[in-house]
Amino acid sequence: MNVPTSYLVALSGILFTLGVLGVLLRRNALVVFMSIELMMNSANLAFIAFARDLQAVEGQIFVFFTIAVAAAEVAVGLALVVAIFKARHSLDIDQVNTLSG
Amino acid sequence: MSSDMMLFLSLAAVAVGAALAMLFSRNAVYAALFLVINFLTIAAIYLLLHAAFIAVIQVSVYAGAIMVLFLFVIMLLGAEKVERSSRELWQRPAVLALGAVLIAELAYAFIGRAGSAEKALAAVPEGFGSPQSVGALLYSRYLIPFEVISILLLVSMVGAIIIARDDRKERG
Amino acid sequence: MLLSESTAGGNGFGVAPLVIAFPLLGLLINLVFGRRRGERFVGIVATGAVVMAFGIALLQALALQGAPEGARVTIAEWIRVGELRVPWAVQVDTLSVTMMLMVSGVSSLIHLYAVGYMREDVRFQGDPARFTRFFLYFNLFVAAMMVLVTADNYLMLFVGWEGVGLCSYLLIGFWFEKGKDGIGNAVAGKKAFITNRIGDFGFLLAIFLTFWSFGSLEFDQVFDTAQRMGPAATGTATWITLFLLLGAAGKSAQIPLFVWLPDAMAGPTPVSALIHAATMVTAGIYMIARNHVLFALAPASANIVALIGGATALFAATIAVGQFDIKRVLAYSTISQLGFMVAAVGLGAYVAGMFHLLTHAFFKALLFLSAGSVIQGVEHGHHHLASRLGHAPDSHGEPFDPQDMRNMGGLRHRMRITFWVYVIGAAALAGLPPLAGFFSKDEILAEASANNLPVYLMLAVAAFFTAFYMGRQVLMVFFGAPRSEAAGHAVENPPLMTVPLIALAALSVIGGGLNLPDVFHLPLAHRLTEWLEHTLKPVHVAEFNPLIAGLSTGVALLAIGFAVQLYGRRPTSAAEPDPLARLIGPVFTALNRKWWIDEFYDWLIVRRYVALAGFLGEALDGRFWHDWFHDTILGAGFTRGARWLSEGFDLPVIDGAANGLARLTRSMAGRVRQLETGYVRTYAASLFLGVVLLLGYFLIRSSF
Repeated sequence: MNVPTSYLVALSGILFTLGVLGVLLRRNALVVFMSIELMMNSANLAFIAFARDLQAVEGQIFVFFTIAVAAAEVAVGLALVVAIFKARHSLDIDQVNTLSG
Repeated sequence: MSSDMMLFLSLAAVAVGAALAMLFSRNAVYAALFLVINFLTIAAIYLLLHAAFIAVIQVSVYAGAIMVLFLFVIMLLGAEKVERSSRELWQRPAVLALGAVLIAELAYAFIGRAGSAEKALAAVPEGFGSPQSVGALLYSRYLIPFEVISILLLVSMVGAIIIARDDRKERG
Repeated sequence: MLLSESTAGGNGFGVAPLVIAFPLLGLLINLVFGRRRGERFVGIVATGAVVMAFGIALLQALALQGAPEGARVTIAEWIRVGELRVPWAVQVDTLSVTMMLMVSGVSSLIHLYAVGYMREDVRFQGDPARFTRFFLYFNLFVAAMMVLVTADNYLMLFVGWEGVGLCSYLLIGFWFEKGKDGIGNAVAGKKAFITNRIGDFGFLLAIFLTFWSFGSLEFDQVFDTAQRMGPAATGTATWITLFLLLGAAGKSAQIPLFVWLPDAMAGPTPVSALIHAATMVTAGIYMIARNHVLFALAPASANIVALIGGATALFAATIAVGQFDIKRVLAYSTISQLGFMVAAVGLGAYVAGMFHLLTHAFFKALLFLSAGSVIQGVEHGHHHLASRLGHAPDSHGEPFDPQDMRNMGGLRHRMRITFWVYVIGAAALAGLPPLAGFFSKDEILAEASANNLPVYLMLAVAAFFTAFYMGRQVLMVFFGAPRSEAAGHAVENPPLMTVPLIALAALSVIGGGLNLPDVFHLPLAHRLTEWLEHTLKPVHVAEFNPLIAGLSTGVALLAIGFAVQLYGRRPTSAAEPDPLARLIGPVFTALNRKWWIDEFYDWLIVRRYVALAGFLGEALDGRFWHDWFHDTILGAGFTRGARWLSEGFDLPVIDGAANGLARLTRSMAGRVRQLETGYVRTYAASLFLGVVLLLGYFLIRSSF
């Protein structure tokens, strides 16, 4: 596809920003988590774009690893969310504020 | 505007729209589903970028496993509806502003300075991004990270079990 | 003319320093070994040391026969500061050798006597361990006196001057815990020292003036310079000699500083004999004789000297008439005779003065020692009687005073030797020919009659009184019946004490031969004059005045007859008042109370001084300095300063800094703490902010 790499990277940037906004603006822990996944995904997109641009397969390999790590992270993270839910009976991350100064 | 560009722009619009929808949906299940759409769209873009293997991985692992897990947990915990945040109201405009700034920066970084935006891309070699090419590299040069990843997955699995099992252990 | 400097042992002068060294050696040996070795050892060493000194003095006299100008033997360089050069040297000339011989000779005899006397006295007073100390002080005194007479400069003379003063103080207060109210002897010693101090003050001023005017302190140089200056030096010399007179008045007990001598009788009798009769008190006359050059240049002060001497002689003689204590009579007699000597040197008759000094040493020492013998004899009688009867005899309510002549009487039968030597001494003192006192006193009277009529009259009347009170004393002590039981049982003393008495009596008899007048044209005449001429030139050879001699003898016999009339005819008992008192009534009381001179001094000086001291101590030092100044200003000031430091500075500034730092940390921490909201989203937002800023920074940087 003959799309300029910069357009792809711009898309990646937009998606990243949206992910950041999601992390900061939503209170549901799961939605926050999903926003993080969105961010990782945008990074993967950038990688693939540059892999194609530079004709280096290493970029795709990196994405492979990133996806694996995202899977692991989601597993643990969701386990944590479940544990917190069991303790507090709420998914509101604003409620997890006992570590305040 | 070439057909590639039109295809890309439409896919991009869908992706961004799905992301926005995810952001603004009240229902967590809806948000997850919109995210799935986003992932699928991205997978399609991968395909267009000669990353076939990764595209499939994206669909099967990301959209298929991770998001399914998400949906399991959402439904398990009954977190469909979450009320609006009433605290930290000052954060919203500030964050939105920051987001705007970030977009501006990225726009400037990527588009404003790209220079030869329309430079011709070199043709990719045959079999670029195919499972063979990825696998060949994966099992030769990146073998150790590959093994390490497997251990990582094991660790996370064990960790998840332990974290989720704590309650029962105390009660027993 | 300067003496020949001989530091080597040439002509026998080299051993001269030994005259000081031997008594010091005796002192050291007794100091280290005395206590352990016992009384006999101490006595032998002490007496032996002085006898050796006498031997050395004899050697010097012999050496002077060959070289009559004398010599100076330098021992060491003492002071050398700028222009002031003070060596420690021994000046051997006829004058100093005369003094050396007299001091060591009479000292030897008195040391011998003292061994026997102190043996009894320490047991009588109750502290036998003090025997050694007495002889330490005694030897020290002889050494100091030798330093005094052999000094070749004013400063060394002053060292000896002070030394004998110190020994006098130590020995007067020898029994320091005894005496009136338990401190009487110590008080007497103090009085002697302080009165002497006033004299020393005069002497010091004279020394300062001498150095200032003549640029040196050595006798030779001073006299040389003074003589060369001639009449121009009269003013200075007058001042110097007046101050010297003050010093002599202190040491030789003249008016107005004689009051210490009668009180000094509180010391043991050998002390009174040696120090307060024969040697120390003559230091003043020696000093004036030594300075004859200056006195020759200042006839005005010489006149004053003579007048003071005469006045003292008369004044003291009158007081002696009214005393009852045997030693007090002799003390006032000493003052009177010293007045004779001072008058003599004031008149310029230095030989006469020195002659009388020598003879007086003989018979006054004899009289004192005999008086000591009498006192001890009466004490023995008292003791024997007490042990036999079982109680103290003669106790009429008051403690028995063995020195009171009213408790004596009829002792000539019980103490034969003492009686005879006492009579010889008394006759010599009274001036009866051909005893020594006649020649020396007569020479003075002759000189006085020729030069200064008022002085002569004073001396002549004093001579009358002298004979009278000696007669009174002899009659009261030795004649008549014993007035107390103790006197009736008095015992003669052992030979250790009586032999020196006999020796001194012999000297009193033949002593006149030292300077016989040239009447019979014998080759013996004027021996002393010629001898002293080498040092005291020019010397006026005394002429024999038969009129004066006859007059004085007659006056003396008259006085003795008067005494016999009053005291000899009817022996009085102890209870009756003195016959003289019946005769002259209140005058006798005045005489007995020494014309109330001590009371006068007390009113005039002592009380004022004590008041001043009290004021300075109480008001000035106590209340002002201590209480007000110290407490108010220093104390309060310090407290205020400390308070400012602690409250005004330490607390606010230093503590404030430390506390402020802590408070600052706390407030800042409080404020920083607010960042830790606990909300994850806030943390994420800050992360995001950081990222945006960083990105912006890099972009901006790379575009420029």
